Amino acid sequence: MSEKTGKIVGISGNMITVEFDSDIIQNEVGFAVCGDEKLKSEVVKIQGNKAFMQVFESTKGLKIGSLVEFSGEMLAVELGPGILGMVYDGLQNPLNELAQIHGSFLKRGAIEAALTREKNWEFTPCIKDGDQVTGGDVIGHVPEGIFKHPIFVPFHYTESYTVSFIIKKGEYNVDKVIAKVKNERDEELDLKMYFNWPVKIPITSYREKLVPKDPLVTQTRIIDTFFPIAKGGTYCIPGPFGAGKTVLQQVTSRFAEADVVIIAACGERAGEVVETLREFPEITDPRTGKSLMERTIIICNTSSMPVAAREASVYTAATLGEYYRQMGLDVLLLADSTSRWAQAMRELSGRLEEIPGEEAFPAYLESRIAQFYERAGLVELNDGKMGSLTIGGTVSPAGGNFEEPVTQSTLKVVGAFHGLSRERSDARRYPAIHPLESWSKYNSINDKKLISNARDILFKGNEVHQMMLVVGEEGTSLEDFVIYLKSEFLDNVYLQQNSFDDVDGASSPKRQQIIFKKVDEILKSKFTFKDKSTARHFFNQLRQLFIDWNYIDMHEDKFKEQENKIIKLIEEYSSDAESL
Amino acid sequence: MQKVYNKILSITGNVITVKAQNVAYEDLAEITTSRGKSLAQVIKLENDLVSLQVFSGSQGIATNDEIRFLGNPMRVTFSENMLGRIFNGSGVPRDKGAHLTENLIEVAGPAVNPAKRIIPKNMIRTNIPMIDVFNSLVVSQKLPIFSVSGEPYNQLLARIALQAEVDMIILGGIGLKYDEYMYFKKELEEGGALSRSIIFMHTASDPIVEGLMVPDLSLAVAEKFALKGKNVLVLLTDMTNYADALKEIAITMEMVPSNRGYPGDLYSQLAARYEKAVDFEGAGSVTILAVTTMPGDDVTHPVPDNTGYITEGQFYLKNGRIEPFGSLSRLKQQVNDKTREDHRAIMDGMIQLYAQYRETEEKRAMGFRMNEWDNKLLKYGVNFEAGMMDLSVNISLEDALDLGWKIMSQCFAPEETGMKSELIKKFWPKDNN
Ligand SMILES: Nc1ncnc2c1ncn2[C@@H]1O[C@H](COP(=O)(O)OP(=O)(O)OP(=O)(O)O)[C@@H](O)[C@H]1O
Ligand SMILES: [Mg+2]
Repeated sequence: MSEKTGKIVGISGNMITVEFDSDIIQNEVGFAVCGDEKLKSEVVKIQGNKAFMQVFESTKGLKIGSLVEFSGEMLAVELGPGILGMVYDGLQNPLNELAQIHGSFLKRGAIEAALTREKNWEFTPCIKDGDQVTGGDVIGHVPEGIFKHPIFVPFHYTESYTVSFIIKKGEYNVDKVIAKVKNERDEELDLKMYFNWPVKIPITSYREKLVPKDPLVTQTRIIDTFFPIAKGGTYCIPGPFGAGKTVLQQVTSRFAEADVVIIAACGERAGEVVETLREFPEITDPRTGKSLMERTIIICNTSSMPVAAREASVYTAATLGEYYRQMGLDVLLLADSTSRWAQAMRELSGRLEEIPGEEAFPAYLESRIAQFYERAGLVELNDGKMGSLTIGGTVSPAGGNFEEPVTQSTLKVVGAFHGLSRERSDARRYPAIHPLESWSKYNSINDKKLISNARDILFKGNEVHQMMLVVGEEGTSLEDFVIYLKSEFLDNVYLQQNSFDDVDGASSPKRQQIIFKKVDEILKSKFTFKDKSTARHFFNQLRQLFIDWNYIDMHEDKFKEQENKIIKLIEEYSSDAESL
Repeated sequence: MQKVYNKILSITGNVITVKAQNVAYEDLAEITTSRGKSLAQVIKLENDLVSLQVFSGSQGIATNDEIRFLGNPMRVTFSENMLGRIFNGSGVPRDKGAHLTENLIEVAGPAVNPAKRIIPKNMIRTNIPMIDVFNSLVVSQKLPIFSVSGEPYNQLLARIALQAEVDMIILGGIGLKYDEYMYFKKELEEGGALSRSIIFMHTASDPIVEGLMVPDLSLAVAEKFALKGKNVLVLLTDMTNYADALKEIAITMEMVPSNRGYPGDLYSQLAARYEKAVDFEGAGSVTILAVTTMPGDDVTHPVPDNTGYITEGQFYLKNGRIEPFGSLSRLKQQVNDKTREDHRAIMDGMIQLYAQYRETEEKRAMGFRMNEWDNKLLKYGVNFEAGMMDLSVNISLEDALDLGWKIMSQCFAPEETGMKSELIKKFWPKDNN
């Protein structure tokens, strides 16, 4: 701990100006002393002997002349076993532990260790005295819930070291020195099961970053089939309030085929996190047979929690994601909402009296957003294993208008765009991802050709629909009308999905392939109908059968039976007429 | 004894600056002017320059008026004695009752630890089908009524407050017209609810800044009562006036506005208040119903827009009805699976059909010929509006669900409704009339 201190000379909102007389570091952490509380703060700008610091707490009660103690360290998180299943605030304080100590309210200045010191982990070494190691090498393992957690030589140890001591297999807590290594200058360093890592610095202890290629299955049909995401890729979900961004992320956090899911609740409602918090421990993850919570980490810095900590929270989440990627896992980071993070930057920038850009966002907004999404990626690790970090962020554009700085900056850097539309959510067409405006650069689980045909129908159907609004149904040809009905059918039975249903809520790739093939057949079929009302009647019936089909478990006999009913109905209408 | 200052260096808008030492951020000061005393709050410190926002406004302040720092931030009294009482935006009684100075509590206290929250699970029944069936209100929900001026939003607020089963009502009025204030008082009195109510009232004729404290005062008191086991309903009307007061201060402080003059932290400021809605494990709860008037009926206006991003849905009041589109209760799924098995299906299915009706209605208005299906939709739309949407309808949830099936069966064949076959079998009325 350094002994450097400073004195407050200005306070405005959560920004303090501090006069100091020794050397300090950009992004260094300091503590503003307010009575018996120490308020964690971060240096965000240095000018002469003045440091501008954002305070991660309410500044109520601070005075001119109040003491600030500098820590000599940048804002960092603890990386080691015991992170999975945890609920942290934006600075990695464990919220359950804080609740046990301080009760219902978040006590100002309260700080707790992110990794419990109480638990003993069963450590099995995998190196011996005299071995050569460097940053990122594995020195042993501990079992953590669903998998074997490797213990690394800290990533910032970039020299080559000789192991001078390694503890024998046994149970130790994270604070125990389990190994000692010497560098070439014969300086000895202690290794523990954890180390600190500054959140704003990406972890790059891998061989190579690759182009994402494999789909990350979410089990939401419109995503996996039409606008897929990829392991190591990035995507965004912009949408007006209430359009379904959070629900979509909640569903994804539950059903996505990832090893670890990190939920960053960034400046949104506390209540939404609570749902996850309370429900996940009760849900069994079919992939592991254990509780879903064991693969989940929640970073929870909701809207009434301090704004500066919100700014930090997405970096905390990204750092934890990168850490688990180092273990060769597929990690999915879901941030809700990146707009709140951007707003936190805007508030900070305003207090710093920087020259504002569009809508008062700082000029560096775009580069910050790009840097954040850059932390995603598919990487080949030093041991040849692959790991991925996928990042999906919601965007909450002012007025629901995508022509605003955060949405636009995000669209420039992501690989898929799931634009939610007010129109669709008002019409309860969930998930309200707009099928004509959204896009993805990644590979789908379904056949490209079928998809392009289906999208074609959607476009044409929409054209017919627009035209019908002008010329009316009677002015529309039967042929066009059938195209419209087909596009509505596709929308109703495939794009729309009931997220709250146990069966329909999660559609496995196999199931999506079966259903989509059947949908494709219908889209390609040439039906002949006497008139429009017969056509509508047929598609209504078909829709009904399909919707019922969507609610039947694939492994039940009824699934096949329902398919047969559908086939029968189609035959009925294709047989009594020749093709159009 | 606090030191007294009497040299005001600047007065702009409702903000004054003085030179003073040893002043804490957000502390209160008392200014004595020829018009009387007013409270002011520290909003910026720069070396020995202290900026204060004056609650009663700066009109008539003399540069040599006396300023005394109180050495504490905003506080409010808290006790059972507050029930039935009316206070102003500084927490001073507006009625003729005694001054209450006992048991002062801090306002705008820390946030609840999310780990301590529980999933809301109790529905608040209002007997308004547009709420109970389509957008159920839930204990601990925060929900505004979006509306334009002229709509009966305060009447709706009062009706829900009186029909809801809660232990206490706290009414926070911000910039309310005097007759609206009187209306609420009368409704609470006649509804027999005044004795379990507390009112913090700031009217349009009071200084604007004073309205800024109303949400904090109301919510601080509500929170304490909730911790003592009470289920408290907080009514805040009109939050747009609150946001406008924030805007005024921000402009005076020369903060860079983000959108139509509103400060960049509007979202955080509103969220800090609305997030006080909570259900405490083993104690009571705070539910917030607010009014947000939309200037120019524009939902994308910064105030309703930011509010919508914070609250758990909204009731959109238009033409004297709660609109099915735009209205939303995000907590409804916590409760509507425990009511009746057809609740969710009715909720989704009827709205989808109503959306189609709206489209058809547009086509009809444009003079298109209506086909058989269109006519079914038109009939449905009329029945739906009369049976479900009309605000005078006052029926239980179960009756409303039955009515829903009835309306559908009067207009459609079962498979035209998109309902699950299973439910159709069980609920579709047999005597089709
Ligand atoms: N897939 C869905 N199925 C059914 N209902 C949904 C679905 N998605 C959203 N909803 C409904 O819409 C409501 C709002 O959804 P959600 O909270 O996800 O919106 P949001 O886009 O995150 O809004 P905000 O920006 O204000 O946070 C939900 O509470 C639910 O009632
Ligand atoms: Mg959301």
